[in-house]
Amino acid sequence: VHIDKDLVAASATPLVLAILADDESYGYAILKRVRALSGGELQWTDGMLYPLLHRLRRLGYVTTEWRSPPEGRRRQYYKITDDGRAALADQQRQWSAVTRALNDVWPGSRGLLTAVREA
Amino acid sequence: VTVQELESQIAEWRAYVASAPAVDGQDVDELEDHLRHQIAELTEAGLTPDEGFLIAVKRMGDLDALSREFAREHSGRLWKQLVLATDDETARSASGWIEAFAFAAAAAVAIQVARLAAGFPDDEPTWFARNIGLIVLPFLAAYFARHRHLDLRGWVLTAAPFALAALVINVYPWDADSDTEMLVALALPVTLWFVIAFPYMGGTVKSHERRMDFVRFTGEWVIYYVLIALGGGVLMGLTGAILEPAGIEVDRVAAWVVPSGAAGAVVVAAWLVESKQRVVENMAPVLTMLFTPLFAVMLACATVVYAVTGLGDAFDRELLSVLDALLVVVLALVLYGMSAREPSASPTWMDGIQLVAIAGALALDLMVLGAMIARIGDLGFTPNRTAALGMNLVLLVNLAGAAWLSVRFLRGRTRFHRLERWQTGYLPVFALFAATVVVVLPLVFGFS
Repeated sequence: VHIDKDLVAASATPLVLAILADDESYGYAILKRVRALSGGELQWTDGMLYPLLHRLRRLGYVTTEWRSPPEGRRRQYYKITDDGRAALADQQRQWSAVTRALNDVWPGSRGLLTAVREA
Repeated sequence: VTVQELESQIAEWRAYVASAPAVDGQDVDELEDHLRHQIAELTEAGLTPDEGFLIAVKRMGDLDALSREFAREHSGRLWKQLVLATDDETARSASGWIEAFAFAAAAAVAIQVARLAAGFPDDEPTWFARNIGLIVLPFLAAYFARHRHLDLRGWVLTAAPFALAALVINVYPWDADSDTEMLVALALPVTLWFVIAFPYMGGTVKSHERRMDFVRFTGEWVIYYVLIALGGGVLMGLTGAILEPAGIEVDRVAAWVVPSGAAGAVVVAAWLVESKQRVVENMAPVLTMLFTPLFAVMLACATVVYAVTGLGDAFDRELLSVLDALLVVVLALVLYGMSAREPSASPTWMDGIQLVAIAGALALDLMVLGAMIARIGDLGFTPNRTAALGMNLVLLVNLAGAAWLSVRFLRGRTRFHRLERWQTGYLPVFALFAATVVVVLPLVFGFS
């Protein structure tokens, strides 16, 4: 399925926050996780992840720290804050409201299932 | 050999990314790390380093789009992104030059027409002082409206406040020697400056980032204007020295040159901020870094002195205006320092010093307010006292909020972002207050 550009952009923030809510991480690992989660259907331009992460940092949703592993290059790690968790919870509420509404209005499989169950 | 080739390719890519002004060294490090990861993974999967590099670069995305995205996020690093579309640099500066000077010349001519009509400087009719903002600033507004390619609606919304202001201040039946009229002469340019924020931001007045850009623009405009004024002063001084022996009075030359120069410089300074700002970009943080601590010390001293001696005896109109001017300067410095700061950085000693400055200003403001309320209690309201009281209240709320958020920020309780939001969110309050002084205050006091 080709996912519309706007939808990709809108889902980027909750997706990244949710990944960071699991554990702190760095750019490339976050992107790999996004690819794995969406089965490659969410087409991100890799570079765009970084302005997004920097925005989250400015908003205080994540903190950052540069770390140099003994072998290899130094790398910036991102860690979610309490504000970030609150923002994620808020996003979750918004997205479930949207999906609920769409499920109800579309006679898709899940919408049908609930209809059957209710009957 | 392939490893070396790969390294040189990466280095080239890195240099290209780094050339984007909004992308700083650490961002490039981060992006390069990402690129290397991707290449490593692809080569492990069986691709040659060359192929891996190509795919990794492709996945990274269009670098122009990426640097635009960085510029949007770090508008502090590159706030001119708003100004420059993507057009070619040389073409822009050439045509921008002509555009700016056309508007500057128009402002210079307009002020001369008004001056001749007023008979200034032999005569100083009050309508001239009252209207001065309306004579010069429309040209700056028009310059931005044109520069930002505003549509018809944008032009109308830009022009409407000017038309309204012109109507209001010229229809009001002012008394002779009216205090409210003098207040209008002071408050109108301030109000109109906020009006210019609309075309400056290309109509996007709700954006807090763009508001911060406007703060930055204002600060740098002031710096350029002062520089131009200094240069103009030297020029006039030398002109006088040269012409005096020839029997030409310098005052007569100055009557022509100074008003035109001052009016034209309004637009020219704006154009310089827009196009040549790299120079100031480096100067501005240094200036705030230098003067914020000095002002902090000065404020602390003033607060202690007045806390000991009391404001009561020395308090008169002159001291009041000096104190208010000081408060405004401190607030401007704080705001400007804020706009030059990297928002995501953690607290530094500069933030501490800023807090000292804010706290000093807050204490002074409270003392001024106390003295003023006592005075109003004794002598009643006058236009000047009312305006000053309002201004000090507006400043008090702003400073109190800023101090509270600064403390929380320094203790790691909140993000700098909140502090920035407080200030950008407060800007309309200043605009509204200035507009109230222009429109409402004269009505309340019967134009006296």
